[in-house]
Amino acid sequence: MKITKNDVEKIAHLASLEVNNFKVDKFAEQINKIMQYFDKLKEVDLSGASFVSDVAFQTNVLRKDEKKKSPGPDTTLANAPEKDDDFYIVPRVV
Amino acid sequence: MKINELTIYQARELLKKHELSSLNLTLSLLEQIEDLDKDLGAYITVDKDNVINQAKEADKKIAKGDRDNNFLLGIPIALKDLLCTKGLKTTCGSRILEDFVPTYDATVVLMLKNAGAVILGKTNMDEFAMGSSTENSGFHITRNPLNKKYVPGGSSGGSAAAVAAGMCIAALGSDTGGSIRQPASYCGVVGIKPTYGRVSRFGLVSYASSLDQIGPITKDVKDAAIMMNVISGHDKKDSTSANIKVPDFTSCFNIFKKNGLKGMKAGIPKEYLNLEGLDSDVKKAFLNARKILQDLGADIVDVSLPHLDYAVAAYYVIASSEASSNLARFDGVKYGFRDKSADNLIEMYKKTKSHGFGDEVQLRIIMGTYALSAGYYDEYYARASKVRSLIIKDFSNAFNKCDIIISPVAPTPAFKIGEKIDDPLRMYLTDVFTLSANLAGIPGMSVPCAVSSKGLPIGLQIMADRFDEENILKAGFGFEQNSDMPKNIRNNS
Repeated sequence: MKITKNDVEKIAHLASLEVNNFKVDKFAEQINKIMQYFDKLKEVDLSGASFVSDVAFQTNVLRKDEKKKSPGPDTTLANAPEKDDDFYIVPRVV
Repeated sequence: MKINELTIYQARELLKKHELSSLNLTLSLLEQIEDLDKDLGAYITVDKDNVINQAKEADKKIAKGDRDNNFLLGIPIALKDLLCTKGLKTTCGSRILEDFVPTYDATVVLMLKNAGAVILGKTNMDEFAMGSSTENSGFHITRNPLNKKYVPGGSSGGSAAAVAAGMCIAALGSDTGGSIRQPASYCGVVGIKPTYGRVSRFGLVSYASSLDQIGPITKDVKDAAIMMNVISGHDKKDSTSANIKVPDFTSCFNIFKKNGLKGMKAGIPKEYLNLEGLDSDVKKAFLNARKILQDLGADIVDVSLPHLDYAVAAYYVIASSEASSNLARFDGVKYGFRDKSADNLIEMYKKTKSHGFGDEVQLRIIMGTYALSAGYYDEYYARASKVRSLIIKDFSNAFNKCDIIISPVAPTPAFKIGEKIDDPLRMYLTDVFTLSANLAGIPGMSVPCAVSSKGLPIGLQIMADRFDEENILKAGFGFEQNSDMPKNIRNNS
């Protein structure tokens, strides 16, 4: 299936990316080439295959629900691009 | 030998005997960086302010007698710039993290510091570890120290180049699809991707969480084992870290010295040697390596990895999908770059990501988002995850017949700068021998094995079953001692 420029724009929007016309063209061409290669996965006989999302092969890791000291707002907000006291500042939402 | 070219254990001996100080060792590395790194671009940050103090502190401890027997005491180590270092800029090779200064150390960094290491600086990499040539860094490219027209490999190209050029004693890298082993091979040094779960990833900036692993890049196999001893072990802060005993990885060398590789079965997947695009120098080097291992006592057995042909496609679907999820956190709110020209929140997210991430990162985010989106999830992500289970099964069947699997590290030696940068798919195919180890979670090592007709190094890959790094190190050590790889290849640069 061919991925159109329109598809690239739609997916970029889903991923919160802004792509200009030049990049849409470039990405559409590259993605089509790569997706065509990915299509070889359709040749594989999947009988006997199972869904694997990781290779840790572990049971769930639990920890005790204990109170611990937090790093505090100064540390947590140390890298914030914009802050006011203990709050992150973001542009208008509504 | 110049002191910047020492291995860990050689430097350790001299430091212990007070024939060398950590300060002098550090100064010689800083001098080498000053002389070479303008051209090579292996480092993003050299911690000049701090490194001298760290070395002086180490010297004080050595003078008192190094009571804790810290193996890295006073040894300067470089870190790939995706490992968080408290108070020291960590960029991940990306403009989006250009000014990011972590407030904590990654667990591996703490382990190095606890073992006495001097943290020299942070090395260049493909942005967010996405790339195989270190040409995708948001800052500058890194050149191969053995021939500056060639790439050092990637994404840990900065670490491999720094080790190869004597600009650090050893380094850490990370490997999601070959990013330690391939640059190690291209630069003529040793690199290990440990078993998934062997080394904590707390404080590693994530790319593809089911595949990422941290490991050492060193001048030889013995140093790799020493580094593995320091960084391995369970960490409560990483829920994928395995709670199993860590052996002394250097003890397998004595077993080799006693018995050679007698009794070891080395498997060669029949699919590997018929691979399209396998360079004739690489094939010749590999066949020669097989003979050396055989002469050391290893039995060569035929094995099969029938789904090898699908590994690259499965890998890139899975890695891009996980990346699209992991990189969503860089939204210009909590840390990193923010585009301040936007006047609403959604526009701020979009502008921040588009101006902060490079093109390859954006391409993979788009591919991953597509592979996970409604209507395509089954066709791409779910299918790739099922193919992954078949690849895991292939390896497990193979390891019923052998102790190690040997292969080339990459289909060709290092390629020229610019040669593949505009063709992502061609770049992805350079990972064909390495990425299946990440899909299966098994360990793999690259050890130098030959020099190509153009004078570029070629690596041998040795893989083993999960948590069996010892067999890899034993075979690698034996191979290194007996191969005809020129010992001075790095110093001819």
